[in-house]
Amino acid sequence: MGFDFEVIGSSLPYLFKEGMTFTVTLTLLAMTGGIIFGTLLAMMRLSAFKPLSILAGGYVNLMRSVPLVLVIFWFFFLVPYIGAWLTGANQPVKVGAWFSAVVTFTMFEAAYYCEIMRAGIQSIPRGQVWAGYALGLNYWQAMGQIVLPQAFRNMLPVLLTQTIILFQDTSLVYVISATDFLGAASKIANRDYRLVEMYTFVAVVYFIISYSLSLLVKRLQDRIAIIR
Amino acid sequence: MGYNWNWKVLLETEPGGTGSYLQYLIVGLGWTLVTALAAWVIALAVGALVGTLRTTPHPWVVRAGNLYVEIFRNVPLIVQMFLWFFVVPELLPQATGDWIKQMAPPWGMYIPAVLCLGIFTSVRIAEQVRAGINSLPRGQRMAGTALGLTLGQTYRYVILPQAFRIILPPLTSESMNIIKNSSVALTIGLLELTGRARAMQEFSFRVFEAFATATVIYLLTNLIVVLAMRALEQKVRVPGLIAAGNAPQAGH
Repeated sequence: MGFDFEVIGSSLPYLFKEGMTFTVTLTLLAMTGGIIFGTLLAMMRLSAFKPLSILAGGYVNLMRSVPLVLVIFWFFFLVPYIGAWLTGANQPVKVGAWFSAVVTFTMFEAAYYCEIMRAGIQSIPRGQVWAGYALGLNYWQAMGQIVLPQAFRNMLPVLLTQTIILFQDTSLVYVISATDFLGAASKIANRDYRLVEMYTFVAVVYFIISYSLSLLVKRLQDRIAIIR
Repeated sequence: MGYNWNWKVLLETEPGGTGSYLQYLIVGLGWTLVTALAAWVIALAVGALVGTLRTTPHPWVVRAGNLYVEIFRNVPLIVQMFLWFFVVPELLPQATGDWIKQMAPPWGMYIPAVLCLGIFTSVRIAEQVRAGINSLPRGQRMAGTALGLTLGQTYRYVILPQAFRIILPPLTSESMNIIKNSSVALTIGLLELTGRARAMQEFSFRVFEAFATATVIYLLTNLIVVLAMRALEQKVRVPGLIAAGNAPQAGH
């Protein structure tokens, strides 16, 4: 059983320039979109207006009950129809794996970010909102200037931990043949028949990145804990 | 939107000739459950052991436990799946490796999938067990020592019975996660529920009927798991102890 680790060296530019760029960009876009959409969902879930909270709750529970792989398939086939509906075209719009992946991960992660932000918002004493209203602020001002900044800060470590999980989960775009870091490695592995070397390398790279990020989150957590 | 629903497709015969598409999907659910259940046994056993060891007063045992957790927590599940399926058989002695590779389908995919999912989930359970044990007042452990119990006895009779009751709610969500995560096994060719929904979509071109049916089956399965775990919680509840709340957690 001869192992040949040279294949890794020669494919590094492809693996990182194509693959890792895809993975990191997807993670950052889905994180940003997911936190924004997730926060809105959390506000809806906590709203006193019942239909709104039921709608948001239903969405979150649905997303959290279905495997991510199935959600990826759903959106991969659904996004073309949504596109046709939005643009008024009578044929499904052609979208690539990249766009579909961004939509999927934003929509899916929003459900998880929502639950984190909901716990964050609920951790703020009610009196603060009332104090805001007493000062003449409206709902959006009280939320945007009093509650959300604190909630976000309290939940920052959990939000970042969720982002590390998101970073790992983006590797599942393999199922729609996207060229993320794993997809790129898999293409080389199958071309040169070097599966052992490539997949071991992929595991090591994911480990180093995720572990370093989790150490950073831990340090941040300690610092926040002291300040409070 | 121009999509024509055709639910009757569920009653048509699938190309393999084993029955209707609906039966085909339900057999897929069977594989999902059999995979998740076997993996759950590994995950609980290993997770409880590692989680407990990490709370013992032996520094090197704690360090070994931490290393185990960090390794399997920081590599994506699909990559671990590929390691168990493609890499492990190559690293074993030739005869054992060949034997594994020549196993008849679906066992050749089932066994790596179960091992992978079991170990992956054991790490998450180990974290829960550790958190559960650490949430107990320190006096419990000291009281055990004061009564003359050994370390092992203190764990067996004082700490673990309380810790496991505390972590039942997070274990519920882990048992739902393991069912959902078993879908990743389709990447190594195990035809579980999601894999079969995709196959049905490829054979019949009925995209949304296939995925919608699979989604409904997953929702019903989740509902059953939640109800079963709630019943278990009621059954093992110790009167007078407050039920543990769910702290916000990152997850997938």
